[in-house]
Amino acid sequence: MNIVIRKDQWINLAIIASALWFIWFASTHFDKYTVRILNNIAIFTILAVSYNLINGVTGQFSLEPNGFVAIGAYVTALLLLDGDAKEYQYDIEDPYPWVLGLQANFVWALFFAGTFSALLALTLSFPVFRVRGDYLAIVTLGFGFIIRILAINNPEITNGSLGLNDIPEFSNLYWTGGVAILAVIGILNVVNSKYGRAMKAVRDDEDAAIAMGVNTFKIKTFAFCTSAFLEGVGGGLLAALLTSISPDLFTFFFTFQLLIIIVLGGLGSTTGAIIGTVLVIGGAEWMRFLDEPMNFGLFETPAMPGMRMVVFSIILIFVMLFAREGIMGKRELTDLFKRKGKK
Amino acid sequence: MILELKGVTKKFGGVTAINDTTFTVNSKEIYGLIGPNGAGKTTMFNIITGNYQATEGEVLFRSEKLNGLKPHTIVRKGIARTFQNIRLFKTMTVMENVLIGFDFQANYTYLESIFRFPRFFGEEKRIRKRAMEILDYFGIAEFADTKATDLSYGQQRKVEIARALATNPALLLLDEPAAGMNPAETKELATLIRSAREDFDLTVLLIEHDMKFVNQLCDKVLVLDYGKTIFEGKPADAIQDKEVVAAYLGDFAHD
Repeated sequence: MNIVIRKDQWINLAIIASALWFIWFASTHFDKYTVRILNNIAIFTILAVSYNLINGVTGQFSLEPNGFVAIGAYVTALLLLDGDAKEYQYDIEDPYPWVLGLQANFVWALFFAGTFSALLALTLSFPVFRVRGDYLAIVTLGFGFIIRILAINNPEITNGSLGLNDIPEFSNLYWTGGVAILAVIGILNVVNSKYGRAMKAVRDDEDAAIAMGVNTFKIKTFAFCTSAFLEGVGGGLLAALLTSISPDLFTFFFTFQLLIIIVLGGLGSTTGAIIGTVLVIGGAEWMRFLDEPMNFGLFETPAMPGMRMVVFSIILIFVMLFAREGIMGKRELTDLFKRKGKK
Repeated sequence: MILELKGVTKKFGGVTAINDTTFTVNSKEIYGLIGPNGAGKTTMFNIITGNYQATEGEVLFRSEKLNGLKPHTIVRKGIARTFQNIRLFKTMTVMENVLIGFDFQANYTYLESIFRFPRFFGEEKRIRKRAMEILDYFGIAEFADTKATDLSYGQQRKVEIARALATNPALLLLDEPAAGMNPAETKELATLIRSAREDFDLTVLLIEHDMKFVNQLCDKVLVLDYGKTIFEGKPADAIQDKEVVAAYLGDFAHD
């Protein structure tokens, strides 16, 4: 029994080491475009695994990511921009004096971004988790809209629809990749503890979970706040990567994309969420050649912008037809190893 | 006595599901709750476990009032239950199902699990060992890593009882434990419940329709009919009781 655990740990360490090596290799050898895509993949990995915790593992259908990512992005941007840079770009209204005073280094900015999101999630969970049903989806959907509208209509803080620009570009592959690794480890540690078990129990049968003495309100709140924290951090990394953010970035489409990722990868599987991210974010870039004119030898096709989305949708339909629980189902990478070992 | 119900009434709108029921269950007793369908037996369970609130009356567990407490708090005080239709966690293994019962007994915080503090490993090891002991007791240890819903019906029943025992209860509520079992399985279950009472220091309150099973097992029965208590006493006497027979088979005398 002990040897098996030790073997697991070696596998984990090997995975982490190769991931770290890949980050180093990619940022020293790959071109800027590839690194940019890898940055996107890393950030969306953070978002997908955390979204999967509330939506897949705990089974509470939620549509919150765009709201919390927006909050994280704005908090980080406001903390990273110095007073002069802010005063210079607020064109619609003069910023409040306290907005000019906000200042922190990157680590604290990300931490505050996550904490602020998590605190908002905590306040939302009190009304939402007192009742059962799909209220969470409705409330979080509305929450996303409210955040966007607040961002547009409070130009004294957010510079309205013009958004915030010239955010210092702190994010690089070491940051995004490093946080992604930490996020995945953290989430897996939660999933493989009594809290993760209780989350799965809530998903499978909430009444039975209560009959086992599980405080389901507390468990759902933990999952929701953890998701929100990491989504805030991910939003902060995104802001420091894009260097400019505006409310239009955080529409419902943002959440929708994450929903596709976790459903494609397999609801409830962290490994699946990572695979889904690579396929959706990386694949969308890789399939760009489909938009361009193509020469098949016998005939040529003209440029068809949007063709890659058509192909992507067809692939998605086929995955859902033949793997109805997504690519990984509810399994993790380690489960695949176990299967092989038994046979 | 361990459980005491005093004048419990439960009304759903105009329907009275339980009408002024009073009974006490003594420590280490196996107490049967019987009656025709719709008599209010499962409602009674739901009142004891806190899923429903009694319209009137008191529920006392070890002389402590349970009215108004949340269901998960009542479980932590020492009342566990199984369900009429088996409700295992279907994506989880047998082991994980039983470990859920230890959820509130593992002492580590959320942050300790994220950062893998030493206490996490110690507590996990402790509850896994105890879960294995319970699985061993029920003879299903070999299925620990099998998906719970892949087991046979009888074994799933055992997992459900094992899971309930994992919460370390003093009082175990079994809702039709023998339903859907063949005579051999029923007999085995009766032996198991009787020995579990000794080994886990249990008081058992059960709902059952199988009168043979009740006769074998129960020290005392309460017969309910349309929410009213019509008999309390030894199971053998219940079968002789005119009113009980009338409730089950119809009142021939007046027809």
